[in-house]
Amino acid sequence: MKILVCISQAPDTTSRIAFTDEGKTFDSSGVQYIVNPYDEWYALVRGIELKEAHGGTVTTMTVGGAVCDPVIRKALAIGADDAVRMDAEPTDAMQTAQLIASYAKDQAFDLILCGKETIDHNGSMVPAMIAEMLDWPFVALATHLEVEGNVAKLKREATGGIEHVKVNLPLVLSAAKGMAEQRIPNMRGIMSARSKALNVEQADGTAMSAVRQFSLPPEKGACKIIPADQAEELIRLLREEAKAI
Amino acid sequence: MSVLAIVPLNNGRPTKGGLEAASYAAAFAKDQGLEAVALVAGSIQTDGGLGATGVVRVLQCSDELTDSSQWTRLAAAAAQECGAKTVVLTHDHTGRAIGPRLAVRLNAGMVSGVTALPQAGAVRKNVFSGKAMADVEVSSEVVVYSVTPNAFGVRDGGSPAAVTAFSAEVGNSREQVTGFDPASADGQTPLPEAELVVSAGRGLKGPENWGIVEDLAKALGATTACSRPVSDIGWRPHHEHVGQTGITIRPNLYIAAGISGAIQHLAGVNQSKVIVVINTDPEAPFFKAADYGIVGDAFEVLPRLTAAVKALDA
Repeated sequence: MKILVCISQAPDTTSRIAFTDEGKTFDSSGVQYIVNPYDEWYALVRGIELKEAHGGTVTTMTVGGAVCDPVIRKALAIGADDAVRMDAEPTDAMQTAQLIASYAKDQAFDLILCGKETIDHNGSMVPAMIAEMLDWPFVALATHLEVEGNVAKLKREATGGIEHVKVNLPLVLSAAKGMAEQRIPNMRGIMSARSKALNVEQADGTAMSAVRQFSLPPEKGACKIIPADQAEELIRLLREEAKAI
Repeated sequence: MSVLAIVPLNNGRPTKGGLEAASYAAAFAKDQGLEAVALVAGSIQTDGGLGATGVVRVLQCSDELTDSSQWTRLAAAAAQECGAKTVVLTHDHTGRAIGPRLAVRLNAGMVSGVTALPQAGAVRKNVFSGKAMADVEVSSEVVVYSVTPNAFGVRDGGSPAAVTAFSAEVGNSREQVTGFDPASADGQTPLPEAELVVSAGRGLKGPENWGIVEDLAKALGATTACSRPVSDIGWRPHHEHVGQTGITIRPNLYIAAGISGAIQHLAGVNQSKVIVVINTDPEAPFFKAADYGIVGDAFEVLPRLTAAVKALDA
């Protein structure tokens, strides 16, 4: 089975978010970058588990500059076989998806696994865009994936519950929580990652949207503390003051 | 010219997210002097309540569709039929599967998870999991928006909409739905759509203690949720995990008991309109993000709140 896992770099989940250039640019000073958690914990780990069970290869795909190489090496240390980086600074999801699809279309992958969204732009658009560009089936918010021969058996988030679905390969999916458990790379993985291939490719893609302005949410006012022995007062305040219930 | 809303159905009725997409499309259409049209796939009673949102026409495809590529073809044909340059979906599992495919097919720019109508050529959405907002501008002629659940709300007051049968060549389904596990047996509102949420964390000490959380949720008509550690150790199911790497929610009321408020948890809930924090530790960081706080033991406070809610409704 030939698997492509799309991984993006994202600011560490504990990062304080700030902007420079009058709110035009994300302030990356002091920010630690990680593999986007949905891509790493769910898509990448499930891809590696399927390779271990059925044989095949796991290739990672990243769109970005050389600044992304450390997180790509981390994915290789976790167990991917090789990596491709589309060398571009994409402006939006459409451009990112075009770059990925233009590489994937000639490579005969069986599965393209993506995280459900990145924790910076929260777009959740690239996976389904790739599927449409390749004219492949797509499963959104998959929480479970098994492969038997040419058939993928999945579970996915649906209105009011989890839906079971069967789809023939090839397939694109976006992975949500439940798909796999985080794996910590071991020393052997870290050592071998250094010598695995990281191929840099070029392609064209056109953006159709751009962020004009970032802003931060307004500060919360002071928290009103209610004594624990008057907890009932909270319910009155929620109804009469906050009008929330 | 019109604005098209893609409205998913559940048991023959538009989902709340679908009604929000229709409301957004109708409000945007009114601003632009256009009319709003809704597209549904499956059977509905009369106009399914879509006219009330301000939609004037409902295009109804009689086949229920689940395959995103079939939906995409249907929606693209509907957009052409009603001359729509703007298509609106809800940013749930349906909008995430159909919206981006449709954007590719219509050669349209897409902005996902918008929280307000476009203003001065840009539309606002949350980024960094709710830690910031971005105003995004789209350069293409056709635009696709998906609306964050519980951000724009459902509008009413419109008159009944005309329902017309609609069909298009959508090809064969490439997926087969084989089963369904309901998230809860007691018919709680799904977490992303819930207006009231009662959540708890490790402070509850064990899964056997969740009765007091469920009791308060039941009294309020709220949906239960939990923090990441609690779902990771298996006390609660994964679909209840709210936070940066779980579900991002924005209910009208979020009550958190025994959750300290790590930055990753706050990111998933800080768009809630009112936040209540119950924690034994007065230094818990969550109090800084809260509107109301009780420094106390959840085991004593939650039952008192449940009794007070019941007394309110009695």
